[in-house]
Amino acid sequence: MDIVVIVVVLVVVVLLVVAPFRRRGRAEVEESAELAELEAARHAKYREIRDAELDHRTGKLSEPDWRALDRTLRAEAVEILRRLDELE
Amino acid sequence: MDPARKRSVRLVVALSAAVLLAAALVYTSFSASSEARSPSQLLSTAEPGRTYQLTGKVVPGYERTGTVTEFRVRDRAGNVSVPVRYEGVLPDPFRADREVIVDVRKQGGVFVGEKDSLVTKCPSKFTAEET
Amino acid sequence: MLVAGQGCLILALGVCFYGIGASLYGARTGRREWVASGRRAVYALAGATAVAFVILEAAFLRSDFSFAVVTSHSSTTTPAFYRATAVWSSQEGSLLLWLLLLSLWSSLILFATRRRLREIAPYATAVLLGLGAFFAALLVFLESPFDHTIGPVPAEGVGLNPLLRHPSMMIHPPMLYSGYTLFAVPFAFAVGALVARRLNADWIRSTRPFTLGAWFFLGVGIVLGARWSYSELGWGGYWAWDPVENASLMPWLTGTAFLHSVMIQEKRGMLKVWNVSLVLATGVLAILGTFLVRSGILDSIHAFGASTLGVPFLGLIAVMIAGSIFLVASRAAELRSAHRLDSLLSREAIFLLNNLVLVLLCLAIWWGTFFPLISEAFTGHRASIGPPWFDRFTVPLTLMLVLLSGIGPLIAWRRATAANLRRNFVAPIALAGAVLVVALLLGAGEHPDALIMFALAGFVVGGMGQELVRGVRARRVMAREPVPLAVASLVRRNRHRYGGYLVHVGMAVLFVGVAASSSFADERDVELTPGASARVGGYDVEYVRPTSELVAAPNGRLERIDFGAVLRVTRDGRSSTMVTERSFFPSAGPMLGPVSRFFEGEATSEVALDAGLRRDVWASVAPDTRRLEPRVKEGDKVFAEADDAGALPARERDLLLAEALRGLVRSYTDAPPPATFRLLVSPMVTWIWIGAIVVFLGGLIALWPSPRTVGRRVSAAYAARVGREARVPA
Repeated sequence: MDIVVIVVVLVVVVLLVVAPFRRRGRAEVEESAELAELEAARHAKYREIRDAELDHRTGKLSEPDWRALDRTLRAEAVEILRRLDELE
Repeated sequence: MDPARKRSVRLVVALSAAVLLAAALVYTSFSASSEARSPSQLLSTAEPGRTYQLTGKVVPGYERTGTVTEFRVRDRAGNVSVPVRYEGVLPDPFRADREVIVDVRKQGGVFVGEKDSLVTKCPSKFTAEET
Repeated sequence: MLVAGQGCLILALGVCFYGIGASLYGARTGRREWVASGRRAVYALAGATAVAFVILEAAFLRSDFSFAVVTSHSSTTTPAFYRATAVWSSQEGSLLLWLLLLSLWSSLILFATRRRLREIAPYATAVLLGLGAFFAALLVFLESPFDHTIGPVPAEGVGLNPLLRHPSMMIHPPMLYSGYTLFAVPFAFAVGALVARRLNADWIRSTRPFTLGAWFFLGVGIVLGARWSYSELGWGGYWAWDPVENASLMPWLTGTAFLHSVMIQEKRGMLKVWNVSLVLATGVLAILGTFLVRSGILDSIHAFGASTLGVPFLGLIAVMIAGSIFLVASRAAELRSAHRLDSLLSREAIFLLNNLVLVLLCLAIWWGTFFPLISEAFTGHRASIGPPWFDRFTVPLTLMLVLLSGIGPLIAWRRATAANLRRNFVAPIALAGAVLVVALLLGAGEHPDALIMFALAGFVVGGMGQELVRGVRARRVMAREPVPLAVASLVRRNRHRYGGYLVHVGMAVLFVGVAASSSFADERDVELTPGASARVGGYDVEYVRPTSELVAAPNGRLERIDFGAVLRVTRDGRSSTMVTERSFFPSAGPMLGPVSRFFEGEATSEVALDAGLRRDVWASVAPDTRRLEPRVKEGDKVFAEADDAGALPARERDLLLAEALRGLVRSYTDAPPPATFRLLVSPMVTWIWIGAIVVFLGGLIALWPSPRTVGRRVSAAYAARVGREARVPA
């Protein structure tokens, strides 16, 4: 019984670990690291824009401050979008 | 002020806060700590007003009036003992010849235990009894 | 199944070493299949550990006393629920649980990032597997849960430590360990990012749910521990600055600091060194926490394991610290900030202050916790410091922290102006002032600490309330939704923000409970005879009558003796009845007589608790069993003589023993001796638990994964907007 358990676990472990070598021919689908990074940066930038807007609406940012900040953030977002386009 | 100067000023402020706190930690901890002592060590060195952590065994025959217990604690191996007065709930396994730890302060001839500081060292195990 | 379990552990250890090698080789040579294989080694580790855990769990449930750990930590009289959870009351079982949780969390993060973080993930895999190898090695070589019981297999085990028979104590360790092991994830990815020199906020974003999860679970674990202390350890408190409590609090504090300061890195690209150091420190503190609990190096009521694990753990911690320092120092150039702090009046600056306070708090607690070892190193005497010393540092720092938690959300990023400040601070300060006046009128003036805390809590609650009201108003202007819907969609769209605000409110509520209960509690130790009463905190507590019972487990074996008291509590003519008990569990000491062993073993309190929003009435009893001593001794003697003569058949002896114990138990109620009571009237303790629940609700809101579709739609809308404006040069 004990031996059966050990052998089963051993076989499963070995199969699991060697699987990547067996399908070596097939290229693994992997996102480009740079693309993923830019995507994440884009989402973070959008969140920042939203945050700034909410801060403005709840009275933490004055109108001129918010306009200036929003402009900068949007320019940064555009830069990220441009780089994304270049990649794609 | 130029930004670099400003930064270094901030760094200095933060560092000095940390150093101040560290100094306070060191100073207060050494003065507020209670050193572990055996009864014989305590008899020879105790200064009034300081707290010590007394470790030893309970001498048989202790008095209990209300919530105040008066007992003597002796060296783990030896017969030197000191009188202790402790107010409060006694831990259950408090018995003669049990090893106890209690934070005490010298007051006159007796050592007064601090609230809730009495702990019985009990190496025992427990089991369900068969019937 | 002992061999199968041990085999799984050895396999687990082997797979760790293989995975470390494969990941590092794959990362160095850029061979993707090796990296994938290394990642799969983590899944394999999780599988093998899970099988071992299941084997152990089954042994506990079946009461298989051929397992040494089952014999020493369970018994057939232990209820099934506690048998299932007794696994982690043992040293070996809890190490196994640690390894299992570590491997599960590691598998989860590596699966989630399998197509991302290509440079970092292999190194993170190696670090996670390194930690796994450490614990697997401990399990295989030092503390195997699969050792055979020495000698013949007994018919009965020692049983679960009765102090641990409490529901919260059984959930507490898995929560703490989940917290500790989850902190290993950001630790490993920080190391990976440093090694691979990919130091942008990418790894932070990917591991954030894990950091938040670690913070959440560790917090739940800490509160459950406090709750256990309050209701099970008959001393009436919930926090004692005990080494094990501190051990879990320290990584939680640095983790809290990290959760705040990473926002600055994400938004501004600042504080990279600080963040990476914080997360590395948190990882080390989490291991240190495990070490403190498991090594028994410091005396603690909670440290249930005293063992030989000290040296390997110290080795691991030394390697982690040295490696962290080396990595941070050698990557100093890459860690330079992209931006500067714009103004001291900004959320960044408040976050920095909050970080400073949290780290100082952690430092103070660290010093106090390790002081016995520090003083031994310097003076040769082991000296300890008590709660008053901790309070001296933690009270002012906590007050500052609550203040900052109120200010931070009211201040904008980058730069705030005087006009903004006025607009945002008037209402919260007014509320703080009102609270202050009310508290003074209610007579809280004698405790300035508590008074300040109440006012600060008012400030925090006021500030967060104002934020929510303004947010909802803005939302309604924009979307024309009814109020409840507006609240829901506002929170849903800004889960991190409003989850965080709720956490701040919960912490304020919790600290109000702490301040009130620690400053205004009335506590008395009294000795009462039946019929007598004592007055505490405006209540008359009468000792009505004693209770006693000999309790047998469902399978008929004698489990414990209960001595208790029925109390009548009266205030303003209204009275209620409470019952408190002290349970005496027999000791297994072979030198003890059959009767006296019941009074030499472990004892637990069943606390009488009447909890309310305004105050808790709490009582515990310490029965005086000295009057029973002559009878106990006589009983021991009778049975010893009978045993010597060998006249009694086992069955008859057991029946006689039960009869003798029953007589003894009855005699306690027939001629009751005076009993000592601890009576405690403590205001607002319940608010601590309420506050904690609010904190965890806030944590859940922040943790809840955002539905993908919503995220896409919103970002698509923004993309369109940004795209539109992109055509017009800004």
